Order: sequence, then C-alpha cells, then structure tokens
Amino acid sequence: MDIAAKDGKIVANVNERKARKIDASGMIVMPGGVDIHCHIAGSEVNTGRLLRPEDHFRDFERKTSTTRSGVGHSIPSTFTTGYRYARMGYTTIMNPSMPPLEAKHTHEELNDTPIVDKASYSLLGDWWFVLECLKEGKIEECAKYVAWMMNSTKGYAIKIVNPGGLESWGYGQNVTSLDDQVPCFCVTPREILRGLCKVNKLLNLPHTIHVHTNNLGKPGNYQTALETMKCVEDLASENKPAIHITHCQFCAFKGDDWRTLESGAEEISNYVNAHSHVTLDMGQVIFADTTTMTADGPFQYTLYELSRNKWVNHDIETETSAGIVPFRYRRKSYANAIQWSIGLELALLIKDPWKIFMTTDHPNGGPFTSYPKIIAWFISQKAREASLKRINPRARNKSLLTSINREMSFYEVAIVTRAGQAKALGLKNKGHLGVDADADIAIYNVNPEKTDPSRKYKRVRRAFKKAAYTVKGGTIVVKDGEVLKHVHGATVWLDVQTSENVKLSDEMKRKFREYWTVEYENYPVTENYLEASNPIVVKASV
Amino acid sequence: MIKLYPLKEIKFPVMAECITADVFEGKAVEEIENLKLWEGNKQKLLKGLFKVEENKTENVKDETTITIQGDVSKVKKIGANMKNGEIRIYGNVGMYLGEELKGGRIFVEGNVGGWAGSMMKGGTIEIHGDVGDYLGAPYRGYSEGVHGGKIIVNGNVGNEVGAHMRKGTIKVYGCAKQFVGFRMCDGTIYVQKDAEPRAGACMTGGKIIIGGFLESVLPTFTVESVKEKVKVDEGETAIGPFYLFLGDLAEHGDGKLYVCKERNTHLTYYEKFL
Repeated sequence: MDIAAKDGKIVANVNERKARKIDASGMIVMPGGVDIHCHIAGSEVNTGRLLRPEDHFRDFERKTSTTRSGVGHSIPSTFTTGYRYARMGYTTIMNPSMPPLEAKHTHEELNDTPIVDKASYSLLGDWWFVLECLKEGKIEECAKYVAWMMNSTKGYAIKIVNPGGLESWGYGQNVTSLDDQVPCFCVTPREILRGLCKVNKLLNLPHTIHVHTNNLGKPGNYQTALETMKCVEDLASENKPAIHITHCQFCAFKGDDWRTLESGAEEISNYVNAHSHVTLDMGQVIFADTTTMTADGPFQYTLYELSRNKWVNHDIETETSAGIVPFRYRRKSYANAIQWSIGLELALLIKDPWKIFMTTDHPNGGPFTSYPKIIAWFISQKAREASLKRINPRARNKSLLTSINREMSFYEVAIVTRAGQAKALGLKNKGHLGVDADADIAIYNVNPEKTDPSRKYKRVRRAFKKAAYTVKGGTIVVKDGEVLKHVHGATVWLDVQTSENVKLSDEMKRKFREYWTVEYENYPVTENYLEASNPIVVKASV
Repeated sequence: MIKLYPLKEIKFPVMAECITADVFEGKAVEEIENLKLWEGNKQKLLKGLFKVEENKTENVKDETTITIQGDVSKVKKIGANMKNGEIRIYGNVGMYLGEELKGGRIFVEGNVGGWAGSMMKGGTIEIHGDVGDYLGAPYRGYSEGVHGGKIIVNGNVGNEVGAHMRKGTIKVYGCAKQFVGFRMCDGTIYVQKDAEPRAGACMTGGKIIIGGFLESVLPTFTVESVKEKVKVDEGETAIGPFYLFLGDLAEHGDGKLYVCKERNTHLTYYEKFL
C-alpha cells in the first residue's frame, strides 16, 4: 500500500513519476508520534536547566551543517529537544504546564524547538479569577475569562494542578481531600474540577480538562484519583471523555507510608475499564537520574524532604506555584521499583488502549528519550522479566507484572503512542494516515511480519530509538536517526470564539492592576509573537 | 617511558583527555603523535603541540610512565579517567588535572589550576607547588566529590578544597583559603598551616584537621573536647592539642573539625563550654 503526501497533507494519490519515493517495504509505517504530556519549555524547565549544570555535563551535541549545538539529558536545551523527538519519530508534543504569567517565555522557547508541532496547556486551576467565579457559581462568566485567557496566552487546554492546593501553598498549607476548603476563597477542589469541566464543555474545547490530582505522590492516594474521576462522572456526555488524569502512576499508590507502599493500579484500571469518561497517561518511571518539576509546590516540597537535594520552589502570583527537585529513581529502592511497576501495570491492565497513553511525564519520571524502552516493555513479557530481575526483590514479589502476560501488538503501540493521544487531544489531522491528515509520518526499520517482538524486543527498541525516516509536513527531516533538515514546527493554539468578544470589565482591570505585577496591556501574547502560528478556531456556546 | 615537550608556548586552552597512561599504553611513538586533541576550537594532532620522545629502558616495566617537561598551564584534563600508570609533570599544569582519576599516580613539580583531582575515585596525586580553587571538588552542580584516593599538596590551595567529598584523603602542607571541606560527607582533609574562615561549612560527616590559624569557627559548630593528637591516615598523625568541634548543625551533620589549640588562642573561650 502506498501513502501519498502533497503540500504537507496526505492525499489520495500524486503523480508517481514526479514524486519523491521512500521505499518502506519491510518496515513499520506509523503516523508521527504525539506526546500528550512533556515539560519541554517554560520558566520552570529553564530554571531546571540553570539548577543542574551537571545534568548537561556529559551529554552534549555538537553543531552540524544542519543542526544547532545543544545539551541533553533530562532537561535538554530547546533545539536538542526538537531534534531528539524527531529522531524517535515524534512530530507533535504538548507542553503541559504554562503559568499564564510566563506564557511569553514559554512561547519563546517553543519557537526555538524545531521540527515538532507543539502546544501548551494554560494552568488555570488556581487562577484567582476562576476561584472567584466558582465561589459565586458563575460558570458562564468563568467560561468567558477562560476563553480570554486561552486566547491571551495562546494555550491549548485547561490544565489543573492539585486544584486548590497551589493556592493553599501560598499560606504554607495543602488540601488533602476533594472537600477541603481553599483559604480565603471558600471553594473546594471538587468545585474547581466540576466548574472547569463545565467550562471546558461550554467552550467546546477539543481536549478535556487535564488534571494532575490532589495528594499526588502520597501513599494511599489512589482513592483521591478515583474520587477525582468520579466527581465529573455525571458531566460526561455521549461516551466522550470528560477528564484526563495525567501521569497516573504518581497517583496510584496504595498503602499507609513509603514502606507499605503498594500498587493501586488494579483499582484504577478496574474503574477505567468500566467507565468511558476518563483517559489517562502513564507517567512511567525510568531508573535514572532525572529532574522533577511540577507546578505542584507542596508535592515538590515533600520530594525535597525525601531526597534532601537542592531544589527550587516558586509562587507565581495569583495563578500557580512551581517546584523543581533533582531526583534519582533507583532500582534497588523499594518505593521506586513499585512506582516503575505501577506505570506498566496501568498500561497493561487497562484493556482499551484508547484510554491510556505512553508518557514518562518528561522529565518527572524520566527523560523522553527512554520511550523506546517503554515500548519494549509493552510488547514483550521477556523484556519486562529482564527488568523485573534487576529490581528490589520485595518490590518484585509485590509487583502485579509477574501475573500479567499481555503483550501489545504494534497496532496497540501505535494507539498508545500517537493515535489515542491525538484523539484525546482532539487533533483531527494528527495521529492517523488517512486523507487530509498532516503528512507527519514515522518509519521504523523493523519488519512486523518477520520479527517476533516478544523475543526480539531489543531490535524493536533500537528501531524505535532511531527512526528510519521521519517526515514532517511532507518534508523528510530525519533519515536513519540523523536530522537532515531543520524545519520550524507550528505552535498550535485555540482561538476560542465566544458569542461576543470577551472584554475585561473595568472592575477586572482594576483587579488586574492590584493583583498582578504585569499590566493588563502587556499581559497577552499576541499572535505575531509565535514564529509559526497554527490557530484552531473553536466556537464556544457562551 | 614517554616524554612530551611543548613545542612552543600554548596560547589557547587545550583539552587533552588523551594524555593518560591508559591511552598511551602499548602505542608506538607515531600512534601517540597522531592522537587528537582540541586546541581552542580547532582539532589538532598531538604532534602539533608536543614533541614526543620514547626513552626505551631495557628493564621490563609494568606501567606506562609519561613525563611532561615544560609549561602546560593551558592544557586541561591531563590524566582524566586514568586507571593505571604514572604521569610526571615538571612545569605548571592547567585545570582538571586527573579528573575522575581511578588509579595510578600523578606527580607534579609546579603549580596546578583549578579542579585538580575532581571527582576522583582512586589513585594518588602529588603536587609540589600551589593549587588553584576546587581541589578535589566536583564539577558545578554535582553533589558527589572525591570518592577515594589520595591528594598530597606541598603548597597552598585555593577555595573549597574537597567540596562534597565522600571518601579518601586530601593533605595540604600549606595554607588553604575559604570553605575547606564544603558539604563534605566523609573522608579526611588535613591542612597543616592556616585556613581562611568557614571551614567545614554544611559538612555532614568526615574529618577536617587544621594545624594552623583559623580566624573563626562557624556558629553552627559545637565544641566537643580537646584531643592530644589526630590520626590523618596510615603513617601520619597530627600532634595537637586540637579543639574538636562537631557540625554542621544547620545540616544535622556530625562532621569533626579539629583546630589547633596552640595557634588559636582566640578560641580559648570555647573551653568554658567543655
């Protein structure tokens, strides 16, 4: 079967004589990879780079005639990020936490991330305007502000991090359940989640709310995760997802403390298998030295106390907080090994691959360059057993992986790494190779008919590490793992059109002046700020 | 034995990871001459910078010995990652001498730049001359310094000697500047003469011995006792008496800081807490 591409799109056929051909016989052809959650740009990523010179010390790339120089490892520089994703056949990546105040910085870095298309989720869960509206129950007004914010920050989805907890962190507190009150605002995490879920629906945003749950990274938190999913159960319609729980591994812990930590993957996957309003991504842990960074200030503080490592904690006025802690996941550590196991258990126990996606929550669980390793664990029980042998023995005995013999097919791998993610994101032109899709194609040099993936998993891993070809928008950008061409990827954002143009009232402008250090006039990111802008027009119902 | 002579004054920084006994071992002179190194932003061959000579000795020797005669103060990373063998340098040396040294010996008759013996794991570095800052300290950002081995300096050293040290011994028979043993976890640092203040800042374990004048002890240290003598390593004992301080309490540490009693009469007021 042939796939034809013209003007950056996949078309039914082209003039065969004039077209440039790629012989991909005996190889796997997939749509370009889509990563639903990876921290690759923005102020916290950059602070992480500054905090960790040792992270880059040994991993650097020299400039070539086509590519620019840069540094790797857990927090690569912007150019290297783009190249490394492209080398693995990824063409669309989502930067999941953009504090609105730092939107300009984030977009500047995204402009410098070559080849891949990208978008950012605006952090809105603890924005004072949202909290004020939700306190008074004004969902429509809240929707208008969110629409304004989406346009002003050039965001793609509503990201909610530890709802209520970040605002409480400003007072040195945290929320521990969905019904704790946020100081001063008298709203609960449940109200924030439900409110923004309704807002998301009113605005017809393509992606659901993207939720980092409360109590993340605390033993026993799988119940919070289940409650978070349950709390928007009635808001789902037509079997469409209403909530995306991100890096679910970090919120699937059972047990009372780190010593009695167990996997809650079974309970979560049972729930997800029985309900259709949830999508998840894994947040798989890789045994390596990495840098954790989230907007969840209180969680990062806990992590700092655990690791006693150098760290950064930051409060972003009126909007969110942030924290960065370098962390090493160790095979021989019981808790880390259980975490490793939970991620894979989730991916394998959830039967429908359209509901769970592969991520490492880069760089929180490990750098994105480890994706081929995870694919090997998906497709081969032997690969899992080889890794199981090397982990903490107590964790190995507790791990459910020994009892799971599911091995994913390449089709399922394609779903968890691209098609499912594109569908959950509402990206109509990504994640498939049908006519009218973007001509983003990844070709891997492994023959699915001749290679037995469960035995030859190392071969598959090598193939996915270095794509034979990566085609972006109809241009061959990577061949045999080498970047051939430096092209600009577009920044995707939502142009949310409400029935009447949202204008902030004088009252709100006054608040802006009082609350923020940035003037209202200077706040929005204008479209000419984006090097390659790709707005998606969304008609809202308010 | 292989001898290297700088052909002319080296103007630009040279990265010379290849000048180690492991790399030279078993190589003919021509092969050594064609080793690649970076001078500034240009890659060059070793023979472009050094004259290489081989002194054949009839006696069978187990180890490769490299001798460098002349000023190589712009040449960095000599002896990096070396596992066996010996390097003898007669002249000044640049930064990162013996970085991550794992074994073997490095002997210098001259002054050495910063980060000598950075993150080393074993082996010996002996320096007859002064050393720059960060002796035995890790590269910026790392929290794991010297993991083993021995560094002996017959001269003065700069700031942050043995920062983040985990194991091993550093002996300085001269003076040290500020932050001796910054954030060290274990191991021994001996400074025979004076040290500038803030010795042992943020230390959580290990032993620092200061045989000369120390202007002040950090307020996060408590005085424990007075010791007559302290063992530095096998074969060397520092004769005191010494005040023993424990700290750094700001980091819940229990490192030991020995300060010579005789030379520090201004610290006698600590005795009332004993």
